[in-house]
Amino acid sequence: MRVSLLLDLVAETLPDRIAIDGPGGSLSFGDLHARARGFAASLEGSTARNVGFLGVNSPALPAVLFGAALADRPFAPLNYRLPDDGLRKLAARLAPAVIVADDDMAARIAGIDGIEVRSTATLAGLAAPEDWYPASEDEDTAVLLFTSGTSGEPKAALLRHENLTSYVVQTVEFLGADEEDATLVSVPPYHIAAVLALLTSVYSGRRVVQLEAFTPEGWVDAAARFAVSHAMLVPTMLARVLDRIEEVGTALPALRALAYGGGRMPLSVIHRALALMPDTGFTNAYGLTETSSTISVLGPDDHALARSGDAAGLARLATVGKPVPGVEVEVRDGNRVCGPNEPGEVFVRGEQVAGRYAERAATDDDGWFATKDRGWFDADGYLTVDGRLDDVIVRGGENISPGEIEDVLRTHPQVADVAVIGAPDEQWGERVVAFAVPRDPAFSDGPALSDWVRARLRSTKAPAQVHFRESLPYNDTGKLLRRLLRDELAD
Amino acid sequence: MLKPGSRWKSQVCSAEAVLVRPPKIDGVPQCGGVDMVPMDGEVAAATALAGLDTGCLVGKRYRSDELAMEMLCTKAGTGALGFAGTALELVEAKKLPSSD
Repeated sequence: MRVSLLLDLVAETLPDRIAIDGPGGSLSFGDLHARARGFAASLEGSTARNVGFLGVNSPALPAVLFGAALADRPFAPLNYRLPDDGLRKLAARLAPAVIVADDDMAARIAGIDGIEVRSTATLAGLAAPEDWYPASEDEDTAVLLFTSGTSGEPKAALLRHENLTSYVVQTVEFLGADEEDATLVSVPPYHIAAVLALLTSVYSGRRVVQLEAFTPEGWVDAAARFAVSHAMLVPTMLARVLDRIEEVGTALPALRALAYGGGRMPLSVIHRALALMPDTGFTNAYGLTETSSTISVLGPDDHALARSGDAAGLARLATVGKPVPGVEVEVRDGNRVCGPNEPGEVFVRGEQVAGRYAERAATDDDGWFATKDRGWFDADGYLTVDGRLDDVIVRGGENISPGEIEDVLRTHPQVADVAVIGAPDEQWGERVVAFAVPRDPAFSDGPALSDWVRARLRSTKAPAQVHFRESLPYNDTGKLLRRLLRDELAD
Repeated sequence: MLKPGSRWKSQVCSAEAVLVRPPKIDGVPQCGGVDMVPMDGEVAAATALAGLDTGCLVGKRYRSDELAMEMLCTKAGTGALGFAGTALELVEAKKLPSSD
């Protein structure tokens, strides 16, 4: 089943319902379908193999996403936050390609061999003849997404039509949304969650409200103004939204469902969220680019249990819940499948798991994808994802999880934010080093923080050093850049 | 083999459906016990067979585990979606929280 069919079906059934809304204008499902077809028809005869997108969230984004599918070419959103040379390198990897770009970004990718740049502003005027329909349906890849490359050169994950539509059809009800429902999308177009939000919203007939770029003020304002019922945020965004809500006291009565994911959520943040937004149902979603986003969810019922103070509910807040239908998850240590509460590497298999990168296979012969994440199941089947395997600190043969130490440090009254990494150590192989952002800029008592950890975990997990910083390095989708902290220590 | 994502219409009622997962064996999807036709095909009016007139609902999926076949009803009708004289079963989808 192809991605473009999702829009075909909804546009036929509910052509007049609003599909895309926001400060940038609104489009009905019928209009969106017409623009996607118009864009697809305009690619007829083009030698482009891929369709790129360089721009912020706008009505042009879904038109190009679905239009590329209709035109039988992979859709590849590019990260406009990259420096020019990194961006141009990724653009060149798409050649020959048409890249649709916002006017204020087009110059950044001008003059690359095999790249034709078109303006997003031209899309509104495109239309296909009524009897136009796709000439071919041969291309398996629907979306080509560059991974964020926090640990090296970005890889191009190839998400097939089957990967994406199997997830959508199995987890969302066709036309299941009410007319007043709206999803607020604030992650940028090159994030897997933005792509999936468009696909699932269209299939369910739900209006999408787009934010050009995330700011806490803009998010809270749009959520109130457009009566948003659903939204997804990455952890750093949620923390800032909560600050904003506390500051201005905005109530969001329409907001029924708030999902978070895309990184480890500090427990302190989710506790604040549960208290500040008592009528909102929360969902923790775990997924990766290569798995077409969500593979495991902790849903509103478990969050409500935690909100009521139930011990089991509180314990589950640290988990990503249970795998979604159609996905198998295993935790392995080497070739052995781990038992309950035994940590190992998380492996995933299922129709939504992309089999390939542009460069090589992504899965083994049996279809399993190694996430490089460390995790474990509890006896009830709830999955904890502890962080990247590469980030585990090996001190004197003991595997130490940075996340566990960070969680403990975050409970210290002077710690606003914190990152823990392993530093090379002659005696122990690695030692535990913390980077802390203090609430009071004058606070610099490293030994007190080490004692805090020693008293709550054990001495081997207490940081040997604590460095104080004004802020920590995150990328724009909220991923902590531990590599930069390691580099800093090495200098 | 039939294409996943191919679209079919009923000859016995107003139903339309997408073949999400094609059956493992030869044959075409049925509605009301009568072969469906491709969306651009000619419909010859027919009557649903007794017992296969239980209808299909828009937005619902219908499946046969035995055939590994699944259809999505995109327009409701009075005939039951099926294959080789047997009705497919309604998929009771567990409602998942929205995560995107």
